[in-house]
Amino acid sequence: MSNSKINYILGIADNALILGQRLSELCGHGPSLETDIATTNIALDLLGQTRSYYQYAAELQGGEATEDTLAFLRKEREYKNVLLVEQPNTDFGYVMARQYMFDVFHLLLLEQLQNSNDEVLAAIAKKSIKEVSYHKRFSGDWIKRLGDGTEESHNRMQEAFDNLWTFTNELFLMTADDTAMVEAGVGVDVAALKAAWTQEITALLTEATLTVPDLKYFLKGGKEGIHSEHMGFILTEMQYMQRTYPNMTW
Amino acid sequence: MNNWPLWEVFIRSKNGLEHRHCGSLHATDATMALENARDVYTRRGEGVSIWVVPSSQITASNPEHNGETFEPALDKVYRHPTFYELPDELKHM
Amino acid sequence: MSEKEIKNLEELFQRRIDNDEKIEPKDWMPEKYRQTHIRQISQHAHSEIVGMLPEANWITRAPSLRRKVALLAKIQDEGGHGLYLYSAAETLGISRDEMYEQLHTGKAKYSSIFNYPSLTWADIGAIGWLVDGAAIMNQVALMGTSYGPYSRAMIRICKEESFHQRQGYEILLTMSKGTQEQKDMVQDALNRWWWPSLMMFGPRDAESPNTEQSVKWKLKRKTNDELRQQFVDQTVPQAEILGAKIPDANLKWNEDRKHYDFGEIDWEEFWQVVNGHGKCNKLRLEARRSAWEKGTWVRDAAMAHAEKQTQRNLEKAV
Repeated sequence: MSNSKINYILGIADNALILGQRLSELCGHGPSLETDIATTNIALDLLGQTRSYYQYAAELQGGEATEDTLAFLRKEREYKNVLLVEQPNTDFGYVMARQYMFDVFHLLLLEQLQNSNDEVLAAIAKKSIKEVSYHKRFSGDWIKRLGDGTEESHNRMQEAFDNLWTFTNELFLMTADDTAMVEAGVGVDVAALKAAWTQEITALLTEATLTVPDLKYFLKGGKEGIHSEHMGFILTEMQYMQRTYPNMTW
Repeated sequence: MNNWPLWEVFIRSKNGLEHRHCGSLHATDATMALENARDVYTRRGEGVSIWVVPSSQITASNPEHNGETFEPALDKVYRHPTFYELPDELKHM
Repeated sequence: MSEKEIKNLEELFQRRIDNDEKIEPKDWMPEKYRQTHIRQISQHAHSEIVGMLPEANWITRAPSLRRKVALLAKIQDEGGHGLYLYSAAETLGISRDEMYEQLHTGKAKYSSIFNYPSLTWADIGAIGWLVDGAAIMNQVALMGTSYGPYSRAMIRICKEESFHQRQGYEILLTMSKGTQEQKDMVQDALNRWWWPSLMMFGPRDAESPNTEQSVKWKLKRKTNDELRQQFVDQTVPQAEILGAKIPDANLKWNEDRKHYDFGEIDWEEFWQVVNGHGKCNKLRLEARRSAWEKGTWVRDAAMAHAEKQTQRNLEKAV
């Protein structure tokens, strides 16, 4: 039971870590100074949430585990984040599409997680809801601007959704640990979130004059530790210090 | 294309205090101006309320007219309580 | 206006500054005051945003989550500080886009220190400790400068920057208590960043043009050499706590002067980097230009969207 819980927490934490890592690549390179500062704020929120989850998971795991061993010293196959969050910052359209699709899911998840019978998880969720509500507003506003902006921005935004859509179904797949945690009253039935997610995304895309992609085939694997090729590079960079100089304090 | 317009940002640091001008930023619309103001000017919990105003909407007095605009008020000392003479034995008024 | 009238105005203007009155955007000011301020404030702003780059290199490689969030927040602050400064310059009648244009075409300068590479994690510590330490000395002095918007930006910046130097120093302090390899990294970073940090204060007073005028306008509260001395005096004991050696054979306490004597800066290197031939000059400018160009469609789209919305609201009103 305890292993399932740790895995469950790591799954939520890894999503926040990898998306935070992706967003932090953008710091200093945003389309405007104001936007740069805003996306960095989102990265900071996500990394803050990551730390809370990892600290809790480390405590449950016991032994030598810390937030940093969990963040930096696992093998690629041990990271449980969804494929969506590891996708690259192709352009600002992709960044916002990835963000918005994740934000809508993330908020739905947290709204349920705050009712978890695990008090720590419930408390982290409660705090994170405020942050993620803002993320969703920010990314949603940008999708409206870019979808219904110029012809170029419309096309870029549509392309981003078309190409990222294949990763969305994975958000709602239940792993064995998910199921165990739902049964234990700890976790959230993510499969049940899909209808609300689809409805919300459809409404916003329509307002943004964009078309909801019509796709029959979806990709999955991240939650089981089978990632896209991007993941290895993300980890290589992220783990560089810990791997090159093992067992040191920074 | 055109520059993003400039906005002035006013922040109320806590209820009971007035909004104070704290700086400016660029944004294309009011929603974005509010969001940017939140991210730029309240990173350390500096505010509980934000106003944004397009800079172009502000009309400012002309400092060259400062003499005629402000100086006539300076010698109206009878508008201040210290103008009035009261006996010392009167403790409070 | 006749020449005599202008001269009168200039005298009145200077008297206000001498009396510690602030100059505000709509006040009359000599054209040279305006131009000098546009140049200095925009350079200062450029330094903040170019200064984000060498540190941003290391966000994705930061060795712990605690370090990662602290570094990210610090670099974000620098973006904010760039923004405050651009806003201050804009009150003088230049747009941010024009200032960017000057930066991207190489017409405007920024602090040369950011043309040095950040090669190890210890460099992130050294940048916070030395580079921010040097910058803050200038900035504290500038809080009392005569131009209101610049002075206010400085006050805000100094308040926010108080954690930046600590952030850097703590990185080095932690490493200095670690393994030999970590201690060597600290020393190596100090070796590479010490002299460029001293260069941040600019040419020697004897070779620094504009100083007299800048002092009169309180754009300079202390001379380059005074600030440099102050920095050396302050930093030497901090290096001792780190157990690191400042790479200057001539560094020595002078009991008569009650200051440290120190060696001569390699001025040839100083001018080489100022003139665009440092290790990272091209890289930094390229990164700024690329961010700007890649953002064009985003900025244009946001404007187009806002215009459409305004139009729609007008139509609704009719």
